[in-house]
Amino acid sequence: MEKLTVVEGVAVPLERANVDTDQIIPAEFLKRVTKTGFDDALFFAWRQDPDFVLNDPAFQNPAVLIAGPDFGTGSSREHAVWALRDYGFRAVVSPRFGDIFRGNSGKQGLLTAQVEEADVEAMWALIRAEPGVSASVDLIEKTVTVGTLTVDFEIDDYTRWRLLEGLDDIGLTLRDEPRITEFETSRETWRPRTLPAQ
Amino acid sequence: MGKTLAEKVWDDHVVAKGSDGAPDLLYIDLHLVHEVTSPQAFDGLRMAGRPVRRPDLTIATEDHNTPTLNITQQIADPVSRTQIETLRKNCAEFGIRLHPLGDKDQGIVHVVGPQLGLTMPGITVVCGDSHTSTHGAFGAMAFGIGTSEVEHVLATQTLPLKPFKTMAITVEGELRDGVTAKDVILAVIAKIGTGGGQGYVLEYRGSTIRSLSMEGRMTICNMSIEAGARAGMVAPDQTTYDYLEGRPHAPKGVDWDAAVAYWNTLATDDDAVFDAEVFLDAGELEPFVTWGTNPGQGVLLSDSIPDPASFADPNEEASARRALEYMDLAAGTRMKDIRVDAVFMGSCTNSRIEDLRAFASVIKGKKKADGVRVMVVPGSARVRLEAEAEGIDKIVEEFGAEWRFAGCSMCLGMNPDQLAPGERCASTSNRNFEGRQGKGGRTHLVSPLVAAATAVRGTLSGPWDLDSSADLVAEGA
Repeated sequence: MEKLTVVEGVAVPLERANVDTDQIIPAEFLKRVTKTGFDDALFFAWRQDPDFVLNDPAFQNPAVLIAGPDFGTGSSREHAVWALRDYGFRAVVSPRFGDIFRGNSGKQGLLTAQVEEADVEAMWALIRAEPGVSASVDLIEKTVTVGTLTVDFEIDDYTRWRLLEGLDDIGLTLRDEPRITEFETSRETWRPRTLPAQ
Repeated sequence: MGKTLAEKVWDDHVVAKGSDGAPDLLYIDLHLVHEVTSPQAFDGLRMAGRPVRRPDLTIATEDHNTPTLNITQQIADPVSRTQIETLRKNCAEFGIRLHPLGDKDQGIVHVVGPQLGLTMPGITVVCGDSHTSTHGAFGAMAFGIGTSEVEHVLATQTLPLKPFKTMAITVEGELRDGVTAKDVILAVIAKIGTGGGQGYVLEYRGSTIRSLSMEGRMTICNMSIEAGARAGMVAPDQTTYDYLEGRPHAPKGVDWDAAVAYWNTLATDDDAVFDAEVFLDAGELEPFVTWGTNPGQGVLLSDSIPDPASFADPNEEASARRALEYMDLAAGTRMKDIRVDAVFMGSCTNSRIEDLRAFASVIKGKKKADGVRVMVVPGSARVRLEAEAEGIDKIVEEFGAEWRFAGCSMCLGMNPDQLAPGERCASTSNRNFEGRQGKGGRTHLVSPLVAAATAVRGTLSGPWDLDSSADLVAEGA
């Protein structure tokens, strides 16, 4: 994973709450067996509407999505993260995230910045006044800046450290492999086995 | 201070305790795999040259993408076919047991695990599917994961995770006739909201929960994610043990005795403290149905669609307006006046034998409403066989409904089972999101009993609406 410190670019206001992962990417696109090439699938149903924000020429080549509360709820599909990333987004700002979505984002280098609901409203107002304005999400300082407004955001320290260092989770865990092996020696025999006994 | 059920199961699986804000490394007892969220994870293993650490704790089935008709023929959609073939190839290469389409143990992953006796109390269960919370009904810590985490578990049989906060959902009292586990969980979600459970594991407690069957508990735990919680749990008891004992993978002999002795220690201690608590009076509950496009947008079946202006939160108000526009419904409309085009009886929420029995009990000897398409999809091949042994398939067919093969089907419409744009469906599934059951489709989440009565009348209905002499108490008039 690439190291991530600051995300800078066009900010898109997604003025909706409860954006579930079915909206971020509909199920029909989950049949693919690749991990890239999902940019066409992002918000597929909503993009059919010419008035949808991503169809606005002011918001082309965006990097930061600023959404209402409960962004990324529902299905565990990591494809939602891949679609946002493939479209060019490097950070999502919201007052609340779906747990699984937020975890998936951290694994794929998509920064999820949690801010106060009033701050999101203020950012939307600023963008409405100046469509196409840039935002900057600073992972070192834990701040989001849109125009003249700078606010703090929340992210857990461990995810922040991994993103800043660009660390791979599996590699980190495998450093603990002897402890996994030791744990396995003490597992009770009643615990489930999927393969028939030898 | 005592510990909660969730804390006990968690603590027994910590391989390495995190310090300085780092997560714990948690051991995973059972990893369930399906075709949709796994291909990229297997690719990752191949690229890194890593094996699957514990194929003997991993099991795969085909469910999301599979057709529910003509299952012996080649899958028509080439993209679906490729995904299924990819799973078969990956399972063969990495030595993972797979129940493919046509196998007697094929079915929805969350129906198959419990049915085989693999799901048991006190274990950790993960799957690349948010409805993994289902398995918490046994007192397991079970939660959905993303594809990166699927790869992580395949490679290490562990996950780095921070402990969840704990929330008690206490439901007390006796459910009225016609009120089911589905109504309980829809009422819980309406009460705490779709984000209310974020960061928590929910423990369902109280006399109502204790009196539920395992199927009912699974329905409730299944939809924990719809309240934002990654996991939901019920403490194991005799109902759990009776369901589990004798199943193919349940412990046997001395292992069974040792397991039960341990399982009996798992219930939340009397002096344990939850981070949050919610109470619900079961006696007040009636059948619950959704009117909007998230599972929290629900009301009593006897009620009317709320006015968006009645929501205090401006975001909730805007959501309600958008939802009503999408659903083509007006505030103030009586739920019972809503006409449907389709009824879907199935999904990991409600497709077990008890659900099918409930559905069949209402439609038996009746004919479906004209112009309504009714699809009945058992959760697994075994559930289908069991239902057929009881004659449920005949009841369904004589009713005029379609009796299908097992799979996720129209819950998410990845296979050909989809709504057409604008079609309205009463569905026993778990998500009424925009386009969930097919592009432009409109979903009302309901219990199997309401689905059945709706299929008879063509409008959202409860079983007592079918018989004028029936007790109307549950209507709350």
